[in-house]
Amino acid sequence: MAYLELNNIYKTYGQGDNETEVLSNINLKIEEGEFVAIVGFTGSGKTTLVNLINGLIQPTSGEVLFKGEPVIGTSHERGVIFQNYSLLPWLTVGQNVFMAVKEAFPKKSKSELNEIVKNYVEMVSLTPAINKRPKELSGGMRQRVAVARALAMKPEMIIMDEPLGALDALTRGNLQDEILNIWGKDKRTALLITNDVDEGIYMADRIIPLRPGPKATLGPEFKIDLERPRDKTEMNDNANFKETRNAIIEYLMDIGNERKSEAKEAYVLPELTPKDFVNQFR
Amino acid sequence: MKASLTLGKVTDFLGLGFFTTLKDLFTGKLEKEDFKDFLRKSVVPLASILLFVGLWHLGAKSLYNTEADFKIAKALKDQGQAAADALTACIASGESSCQPNTLPSPAQVWESFQSLLRDHNIISADKAAFAEKTATLNAKRVAAGKDAIVYTGRPSFVDQIFRSLQTVFAGFLLALLIAVPLGIFIGLSPTLKSSFNWFIQIFKPVSPVVWYLLVFMIVKTILIGSTNDSSFTISFISVGLCSMWATLVNTAMGVSSVDKDYINVAKVLKLGTFQKIFKVVLPSSLPLIFTGLKITLSVAWMVLIAIELLAQSPGLGLFVWEEFQNGANDSNAKIIVAMFAIGIIGFLLDRIMLSIQNWVSFDKTDAI
Repeated sequence: MAYLELNNIYKTYGQGDNETEVLSNINLKIEEGEFVAIVGFTGSGKTTLVNLINGLIQPTSGEVLFKGEPVIGTSHERGVIFQNYSLLPWLTVGQNVFMAVKEAFPKKSKSELNEIVKNYVEMVSLTPAINKRPKELSGGMRQRVAVARALAMKPEMIIMDEPLGALDALTRGNLQDEILNIWGKDKRTALLITNDVDEGIYMADRIIPLRPGPKATLGPEFKIDLERPRDKTEMNDNANFKETRNAIIEYLMDIGNERKSEAKEAYVLPELTPKDFVNQFR
Repeated sequence: MKASLTLGKVTDFLGLGFFTTLKDLFTGKLEKEDFKDFLRKSVVPLASILLFVGLWHLGAKSLYNTEADFKIAKALKDQGQAAADALTACIASGESSCQPNTLPSPAQVWESFQSLLRDHNIISADKAAFAEKTATLNAKRVAAGKDAIVYTGRPSFVDQIFRSLQTVFAGFLLALLIAVPLGIFIGLSPTLKSSFNWFIQIFKPVSPVVWYLLVFMIVKTILIGSTNDSSFTISFISVGLCSMWATLVNTAMGVSSVDKDYINVAKVLKLGTFQKIFKVVLPSSLPLIFTGLKITLSVAWMVLIAIELLAQSPGLGLFVWEEFQNGANDSNAKIIVAMFAIGIIGFLLDRIMLSIQNWVSFDKTDAI
């Protein structure tokens, strides 16, 4: 039995004629301790998939099983790092993390909770900013707070929804390493949703492309057989890496072209000529 | 730290930033590049005030002349040349009995303002003397279980202002206590929203006068047999009911339109209902709630005058009405003084609300 299992998931939005099928026949198995990346175009239904797994929404048909139990709501066992940080702007960094920790460990005393908060804020090296509000932080710092908040709850599985999408390349690389470090320490199960193939290859054990929606479905998986810890510069010369990367990109390009040729609708543009304002007034 | 709480902070708080630049000008701190800023912030507002007073003065003068000419022409027609000449001389001499009754000039208003202050000083002195005189007697009466004797003389203009402020704050508090909790419930539950919607839509546009009559009908019966003056109760309840709608609607809207991301966070953290309301929903809707409260306070202050007038509850409204009925020579000027008092206090109340809003809002730029 897999750790996380998605069986024949269909998800539709709207009713009647307006009904659109966002996800179609999704099957996925993730083993304990695995790091899986799902790569897809923007608007392909990645966020819907994440929300199904973390329990924010329910599938129209099919089932999500987490440790054999159907997922019917959110749980502290599955920590989520949202795409847009989703920090509460009226709370400081420390308070944002504290709020999560307090919910996750209701029995611990206040000083114990504060200790946990301090440790995790330290871990993402934001101790100097612990009393600042999200507004005063840069994008990368905010995302680190979101990482600290998710991890401080000690979830058994980390679900990341394009966590680094809005960051610049340098910050992105650093945070990738930080997340890998934390993941490597106690080998939690991790699911990463991303639109960056390189990021997926660098971080994950397996990459699964998501064919774009509507009716998004998962493509064939690609195993990444690279030794950990991985090195970005070395990786670029690795034949295995190049091969996998090319294969994935080729696959994604093919779906992209497929999608273009599917778009049959032709738009008739109206015949317009710009009005001659200059000569009119002469 | 203490030095930072200077004129600059106080004037910014009041929205009178131009005083700061004005101060810089006198203390010689003004840089050359600040000059444009200085023009825009200090000279232009001051010039507009002068222009306003000037136009007012000219307008009042022209109205005065029209009224005087009309009076003289009427005297000439009705009573003949002698009466007309007498009236002309009388008007020219400034004799108060024959002055035309029209818009007072700025100087007259200023004079009335000072006379009202003098009047206030006299009444305060009188009150203090009364308190001194009755102190021992009142102590005895209280000891014997009787009510103390209170000053029942005429209230001064300043007393009326304070009484009005009391009414407005009581009304505002009532509006806050009804509208904010109700707004939260309505915002949280779509069922409540649809069941309350007709109620809000129908009662929102009802005029202050009608609210007053409604409250009067109810309170009169509730307080039946009571000898106490119920005018204060009636007027503050009317003010509250009249002004609470903005807060109600804004609170409901703020609560029902919390960013979906925050709601998702609350769900993922598995916050309880109370935690969710107090830690996520309320803080995120605070800016909107405060916008509503700000509107409520200004509406409360605006309708207060009409309601005090109807309820015969002491305050600025009653002051204006009594001066109008009074028809004394300086009554018009006193009404204008009251008008400015109402305007300036309304402005200050708005500023205070804005500062509180800025202080509690998480996002400083959100404050409207």
